[in-house]
Amino acid sequence: MSREMMMGSDAVAYGVKLAKPDVISAYPITPQTHIIETLSELAPLWGGRFINVESEFSALSTCFGAVCAGSRAFTATSSHGLFMMHEVLHYFSGARMPFVLVNVNRAPGMPWNIWSDQSDSMAQRDTGWLQVYCETCQEALDSILQGYFISERVLLPVMVMIDGFTLSHTMEELELHDQEKVDRFLPPYKPTFKLDIDDPVTFGNAAPPDHYYRMRKELQSAFEKSFHTIAECHLKFQEEIGTSYDFIELYRFEGAETVLIVSGALTGTARVAVDMMRDQGKRVGLLKIRFFRPFPGRALGKALNKSQKGIVLNRAVSYGAQGSLSQEIKAALYNLENRAQIYDVIVSLGGKEVFPDTLINIVEQIEKDPSHKDAMIWL
Amino acid sequence: MQLKVPHAEYVSFGNVGCPGCGAVLSMRHVLKILGKKAIVVMPACCWGIIAGPYPTTALQIPLLQVPFAAGAACAVGVRHALDKQGKKDVLVMVWAGDGGTFDIGLQGLSSAAERNEDILFVCYDNEAYMNTGIQRSSATPRGAWTTTTPKGEKLQKKDILRIVSAHRVAYAATAVVTYPADFMWKFQKAKSAKGFRFIHLLSSCPPGWRIDSDNSLEVTRMAVESGVFPLVESDEGGRMTLTYYPLELLPVSAYFKSQGRFKGMEDVEIQVIQREVTEKMNKLGYSREIAKIQDIGRIQKFIIG
Repeated sequence: MSREMMMGSDAVAYGVKLAKPDVISAYPITPQTHIIETLSELAPLWGGRFINVESEFSALSTCFGAVCAGSRAFTATSSHGLFMMHEVLHYFSGARMPFVLVNVNRAPGMPWNIWSDQSDSMAQRDTGWLQVYCETCQEALDSILQGYFISERVLLPVMVMIDGFTLSHTMEELELHDQEKVDRFLPPYKPTFKLDIDDPVTFGNAAPPDHYYRMRKELQSAFEKSFHTIAECHLKFQEEIGTSYDFIELYRFEGAETVLIVSGALTGTARVAVDMMRDQGKRVGLLKIRFFRPFPGRALGKALNKSQKGIVLNRAVSYGAQGSLSQEIKAALYNLENRAQIYDVIVSLGGKEVFPDTLINIVEQIEKDPSHKDAMIWL
Repeated sequence: MQLKVPHAEYVSFGNVGCPGCGAVLSMRHVLKILGKKAIVVMPACCWGIIAGPYPTTALQIPLLQVPFAAGAACAVGVRHALDKQGKKDVLVMVWAGDGGTFDIGLQGLSSAAERNEDILFVCYDNEAYMNTGIQRSSATPRGAWTTTTPKGEKLQKKDILRIVSAHRVAYAATAVVTYPADFMWKFQKAKSAKGFRFIHLLSSCPPGWRIDSDNSLEVTRMAVESGVFPLVESDEGGRMTLTYYPLELLPVSAYFKSQGRFKGMEDVEIQVIQREVTEKMNKLGYSREIAKIQDIGRIQKFIIG
């Protein structure tokens, strides 16, 4: 193991290098570009094939072909690139093909905007992919390795999110795991199904409604089973690599009356805000959502109780409804007697700066006037 | 040299292709040449239905159904994965309709062709979106009725062979299964070549072309005999060579009159097309003298067994 200063993009590339995929296919988009630039250099080191294609659609399609043929593959993209991949996202989950994709969160146009929010990945929440939101570059590196571990066991594709610029272009001191350790954690890929001339099968023929329905039901049960696999992954990761991870993380939660609920790099800012408020004697805590799919509803239900106010910091909006994260949290708590009040706050779309003070103001406003829970709160 | 064509069948009987479907017959003969060491990648097209439904399959070799625009890109992924696994002797074939080639699939096709990826891309062109109910594509010929060109197509068919050839690919050709020797030899060549290979098939569609299913082969024969769909090969420099010389060029009107889809065509339109076709055939070096010699040389070029 060594420690090194690295940008988030390079942390991702390093994670991919440790996972040694056979095929990488990609198309450049800001702010994902450094990842694929680095990978185009690194891939020959482990004999990986780096294929430059003409669109994100083809990049993910090429990966799909490679995985169906029995190889581990990788791509990274962002925003509009992810939108262009949308159709193929469904193919991966429908075909139950294991895969890891890194999405560098970036706001969608129009107007043009290259900065970070979660609109791109939240818009893919119904495509049957696991989703992990990373707070740090280290978490990004580790989540790629965990992604392959989980994906290849539950046969579901995994999308790992890092914030554009805030993580992708920011240096952090990283723990670079030894290849041997990683190999113990993540053995080479052994496909359950693949295109094989010695055992010819057809992938994806038109399924009549009854068959289709059954397969979709199986897709959902795979997500339910994935809770177990992810827990197993976290245990094994701690054993072999030495870092512990969970679906959600509770920070300064003891006796918290108000809880900031947050995901991605904004968690860092929220931690500082919570520290500042705790210093002032306020009973404020933080709940970080790391896995968004499968959605850790049970863990949330256990963590939160009805004497609490949960302030959800949304970085994506389901327009005409609510913040995307709020919707999920409210839905998960709805049938519980002992449920927290949930406040739907929209922050940082298109990279709008959020400072600890911004969050402290929000908490103060809500504490002053709890009726805010009936409306979306925009800054 | 003789080409041995096996008795083995890789397309199952009882598939759900329409009676007289040129695409089923084409696939049957292609797979006889490619054999077992091949994987088919198929974007949305008529064959997507013919191959099914789940849990049945009409092919005896592996088949991957992929998104409409993704034929070439998915095949590239399969190719690189196989190469990485040391299975360089397995051929990867894209089997796409005209929509998946001329229209929605063109960008990915160009990308794979430009990089000279080691795949065989076959377009079975039935000249419209037949699977969705006969809507026009950029492969629909001038004059053809479709459900979205109710008064007949006004635009010229896209010259896909020249577009692909301009990428300087390893092999490019046209073929029609009605000429099995020419057809199978071209697939034999494509099979033994390395790099990007492209074969454009004219593939008859009785419901879409408004013809009787038992006329299916005859109509495509007329397309070739009239010069509407010449059988050619293109070398790496994009130079086209006729591989079949009709003994006598049939008037294009005979081809147009043989199909209900061209019913609305006026004689003036047909005359314009006749002039263009004659000019095209002249440019390709067609002459009746060569035709006589070529025709003799072509007999008995394959045996079955």
